[in-house]
Amino acid sequence: MKYFHLIWAALFRRKTRTILTLVSIAAAFLLFGMLNGVRTSFANAGKSAAGAERLQTGSKLSFIQPLPSALEAKIAAVPGVKGVAYANWFGGAYQDPHNQIFTFAVSPNYIDMYPEIVISPEERKAFDSTRTGVLVGDVLAKKYHWKVGDKIPLMSNIFPNRDGSKNWTFDISGIMHAKDPSHGEFLQGGILMHWKYFDESNPYNRGQVGWYVSHVADPAQADSVAKAIDALSANSDHETKTQTEQAAMASWIKQMANVGLIVFSIMGAVFFTLLFLTGNTMAQAVRERTSELGVLKTIGFSSVSVLMIVLAESVLLVLIGGVLGLGLAAVLGPIVSAGSGGVINMPPVDTGSWLLGVALMVAIGLLVGALPALRAMHLNIVDALAGR
Amino acid sequence: MNKLKSFLRGLAMCLIVAIGVAAWIVLSWWALLALAVLFALWMLLLRSGRQASSVTRVGVSTLPQRLGASSVVVIGIAGVVAVLVSLLAMGVGYQQTLSMSGSADTAIVLRGGSDSEVSSVLDNASTTVIAQAPGIARDAAGKPIASPELVVAANLPLNDGSGDEGSVQLRGVGDEAWALRPEAKIVAGRKFKPGLRELVVGKGAQRQFVGLTPGHEIKLGNQTWTVVGVFESGTAMDSELWGDANVVADTYRRGSSRTSVFVRLISAAAFDKFKAALAADPRLQVDTSTTLDYFRKQSENVTKAITIIGIVVGVIMAIGAVFGALNTMFATVATRAREIATLRAIGFRGLPVVVAVMLETMLLALLGGVIGGALAWLVFNGYSASTLAQGTVGTLSFKLAVTPALLWTGLKWALAIGFVGGLFPAVRAARLPVSTALREL
Repeated sequence: MKYFHLIWAALFRRKTRTILTLVSIAAAFLLFGMLNGVRTSFANAGKSAAGAERLQTGSKLSFIQPLPSALEAKIAAVPGVKGVAYANWFGGAYQDPHNQIFTFAVSPNYIDMYPEIVISPEERKAFDSTRTGVLVGDVLAKKYHWKVGDKIPLMSNIFPNRDGSKNWTFDISGIMHAKDPSHGEFLQGGILMHWKYFDESNPYNRGQVGWYVSHVADPAQADSVAKAIDALSANSDHETKTQTEQAAMASWIKQMANVGLIVFSIMGAVFFTLLFLTGNTMAQAVRERTSELGVLKTIGFSSVSVLMIVLAESVLLVLIGGVLGLGLAAVLGPIVSAGSGGVINMPPVDTGSWLLGVALMVAIGLLVGALPALRAMHLNIVDALAGR
Repeated sequence: MNKLKSFLRGLAMCLIVAIGVAAWIVLSWWALLALAVLFALWMLLLRSGRQASSVTRVGVSTLPQRLGASSVVVIGIAGVVAVLVSLLAMGVGYQQTLSMSGSADTAIVLRGGSDSEVSSVLDNASTTVIAQAPGIARDAAGKPIASPELVVAANLPLNDGSGDEGSVQLRGVGDEAWALRPEAKIVAGRKFKPGLRELVVGKGAQRQFVGLTPGHEIKLGNQTWTVVGVFESGTAMDSELWGDANVVADTYRRGSSRTSVFVRLISAAAFDKFKAALAADPRLQVDTSTTLDYFRKQSENVTKAITIIGIVVGVIMAIGAVFGALNTMFATVATRAREIATLRAIGFRGLPVVVAVMLETMLLALLGGVIGGALAWLVFNGYSASTLAQGTVGTLSFKLAVTPALLWTGLKWALAIGFVGGLFPAVRAARLPVSTALREL
């Protein structure tokens, strides 16, 4: 530490070069901060504690195949199940058939399965007592400037209303918020309506249910409970497949895209490039200073100290640039999210990303510093001073 | 006064850069070719051009001495181009797969208001009426080439060793499906027999799921189906399983309803007549589009999203690469300061020096662009990827397509990076005070 001013002076010996290199490093880590956020938010989707406690039961045949509503009582009777709710896919769209909104027709207790979503008690009461009432996510409400009490027209791209048209009108009874505002929830961008109203108003559904959500008492028992639920309808014409919400989400994301691989490939290319760039800067810096390093050695710095000074310089270089880049990612993320009004949701740079980022910075710094540092360590004083 | 001057100069430089890059992006290849020819003529014929070319030759011939530093420019730009081209290739591949799935002389009929097959329902009466509409081509036996189809999803174990299940689109097709899609060819086994629980599987689906080889049995719910053949069409259909529509409807308890009707038209021109006839029929409330339009619309959003991601990542990487190039070229100019000052002292003007440094950078950038493009092409052209496609209920497998147009885009980006990275050092070289530069060790 006592050599810090020496290292700092060496680092900014050539200001232009150092600043240019810093910007390159910052760009690389800006990218890292953004992509790693995306990767972890995909990897952690559904991994909340509540997600492990919820089981989803759908048709084994395919996710679009409905199940009989009679299953509800049977699932509720399975030991280990604390509560059962059910839902149907409504296929809602607002204003334009292509402007789709996640809309579910749900049982009255559905929202109780999601403790991570909060609604004020009055609004909840209003929803329960309004046949055509809906709960709207706060992100969605903000996007379309909806407020409680508004009447909203929705189209369903699947289900016609009783009058044969696919236009439905709902009353907004309440707004759904996330309990933990820093962690966005899926339902914040969706709409929940009453299953009963949905079922009575369209001629096609006839008491069928899209999927069941059950709450297990003990997450450790989730697997055995899931098997017990599936056993209820084994060998019937509506066999089911039950898995934890966490597993279901993971399987969807896996089919969506191999986000991990894409991010890994991009970052691989970026860091490989960065290695060359920073390595070149460090090599130049040491080559230029050969005689100075010779002087250092002459006045008594040990070879190891010289090695350490050069290594520290290169680690410091990458650290400064990297922290700048990650900081920029942390600042830009929320700005982009806010500016887009919830259309793009840039995940914030979390502690995990910072730790991984700093570890990478140190590793890259050591790696690119190694060769020049070794060269500096092995310098022969006489040769160095003579400029050979 | 001096400060103001240098500020104005900086402003002018930034303007030049902005205009240069903007022009570069807008210009088409023939305009660029014309520009290149003009430039070459200038270098060959005019005095200042000849000066520039000789300075450039000296610079380029000393490149091997600065191998390490120069490789930073090349590798940095190669990285940008490789990532950019690969990401864009994903979007292009997706779009190609879907747009090849459609043609102007086949049409798809869905229930009104449905934007994809899965969300559409047509009852038996409607499908019968649709098949009788004017404008539909007829087969040798005089039957209209129309195929009422039922699209559903099936869960099958994924072929990645995890034991997880994925969703695949199962299409129940009518007798005319093969006449409708002549591009779908059986490559192994045989076609399914109507009325039996038999399936033919697409090449893409076969790659993605376990047990889809002819002779194998698979479970759909509690029913056993036999895979009897494999087909290949080079389209989005390759990610599907096909069976007899009646049997599929039976398994999925859909009765006689279907999701869509595909028809082959007499010609592309017959579409308007066909569409008008369906729209005028009071018994029907349907949306009609050519399959070309339908599949293009399906690919629109995904392609746009991938392109935006590609460009954002590309721009950030390009910024990094620009600064890397600046760094290298400033160092190059510094090491050659004496040489450049000598040239200036014996009467070379500033312009040839600027041009020489710029050309050197652009040359390195070009090399980087070629390497990056080649890398993307070697590794990712034809690389299989899959995603849950919009408007379907199954995974769609597609191949990344590194097209010449994409490689050209990559090269353009490389040269733009080289342009920006070379301009500032070039101007510094030209403005180097001769006397101090000559004294410099």
